[in-house]
Amino acid sequence: MDKKIFKNPFFKANPITVLVLGICSALAVTVQLKGAIVMALSVTVVTGFSSMLVSSIRNSIPNRVRIIVQLVIVAMLVILVDEFLKAFAYDVSKQLSVYIGLIITNCIIMGRIEAFALGNKPFPSLVDGLANGMGYGLVLVIIAFIRELFGSGTLFGVQIIPQNWYMANGGFYENNGLIILPPMALIIVGAIIWVQRSVQKELQEE
Amino acid sequence: MKLNTNNNIYTILYTTILVVIVAGVLAYASTALKPKQQENIALEKMQSLLRTARLGEDASAQDNKSEYIKALYSKHMTNDFVLNYEGKVIEGEAFETDLQAQYNIIKQIVAAKTPEAAQTLREQLRLPVFVCTIDDKVLNIFPCYGPGLWGPIWGYIAVEDDFETIYGAVFDHKGETPGLGAEIAHDTFYNQFVGKKLSKDGAFKSISIVKGGAQADNPNGVDAISGGTITSQSLENAIAIWLNEYQAYFNIKRAAIGSDECCDEEPCTGDDCDSHDETRNQEGHEDHTK
Repeated sequence: MDKKIFKNPFFKANPITVLVLGICSALAVTVQLKGAIVMALSVTVVTGFSSMLVSSIRNSIPNRVRIIVQLVIVAMLVILVDEFLKAFAYDVSKQLSVYIGLIITNCIIMGRIEAFALGNKPFPSLVDGLANGMGYGLVLVIIAFIRELFGSGTLFGVQIIPQNWYMANGGFYENNGLIILPPMALIIVGAIIWVQRSVQKELQEE
Repeated sequence: MKLNTNNNIYTILYTTILVVIVAGVLAYASTALKPKQQENIALEKMQSLLRTARLGEDASAQDNKSEYIKALYSKHMTNDFVLNYEGKVIEGEAFETDLQAQYNIIKQIVAAKTPEAAQTLREQLRLPVFVCTIDDKVLNIFPCYGPGLWGPIWGYIAVEDDFETIYGAVFDHKGETPGLGAEIAHDTFYNQFVGKKLSKDGAFKSISIVKGGAQADNPNGVDAISGGTITSQSLENAIAIWLNEYQAYFNIKRAAIGSDECCDEEPCTGDDCDSHDETRNQEGHEDHTK
């Protein structure tokens, strides 16, 4: 199996910064690191296993109802993930609320199924799905790190910025409220794309 | 063998079988995980109730969070019961009472055009109360529930045994904006309620959540959340309409304190006590709608 299937989604063909898929959830669930990591894991599980399942039945799927069959499989996995989180990680599941259900609409999943799983064997499809989920997760974690640190002064809910720096305690520092809001997340995504394109020259358009 | 996957019968059979399999898997997962999920929801409610009494704040740091909360709950939450509109205890499970259903009745009471219509609705109310005992301190905990900006918001308010002073409060929400409306679920917001009074000049007055900041010496007001105006207003409204329905109970309890203090009379339980309560109650209600 080609190692590129696993390596590419992290940088060279990252689903968020290069394929520009899954942007909405990258804005929505990156206020805190913990939520971002759980979201990343959930998406990884769903992309991986939906790609594998679809790939294993790819020769028997009636072509005319292809998309619906894929959606049913993706939806089933998402609901399973949602139910598991509600049972075993209730706090996080509450924090992510509707966004877990909205994994169904994450373009990465259907995108990878259509582009890869339908034409490849189950195992490479599983690897491709997992790697894309992780590539997505990597960007999510970077954004969440910046947003939680500068927006709330915490990481994983633990206070990082010293309390006596704050204006309220006579210091000079104030959390940036704008970073908490989705528009700032979009600007951070833009900045990440900028950095990546200046490192990776072949991505630049003429 | 090459299947003809474009055949209509094949397509219908294929999708039917697939959907049945998927439904089976989901039904199994849902049934198997249900007890665990309900336990989580109950545990969260217990934790909220304990927090109003400023107990169990260190629960997240415990090795066994659920055991810790359950132990605290059974130690301190000594009683719970359901009240009717007259403030009398009726049969029912306070912990299991559906706040949303009660809110729907209260909403109709507030919107009712005639006092008679409001009264008919009021008779359906089932109001839960939780009693928490810390050493010799007895706290009554009252819930509130209402719509926020994006989804429901709810909370619990613990009132000291003078039925006037707030001992603690906790609020939570389904999906308010993080950093703005969602701040109601932070201790920096709800700790403001500690020590506030639920009365003004002897009459019931709910807590106002003041935009631009409440005066430090205002016993009935707390600061609203900047950028979370709709959530703040909805919360203020939810607290006011819920506590208003509890006024009959408040008055019975206050009367009992008063008689204990001055002349050791029997606590008022008879009919005249009820009529007195109702007049007070309606005055309170009018106050609120102004």
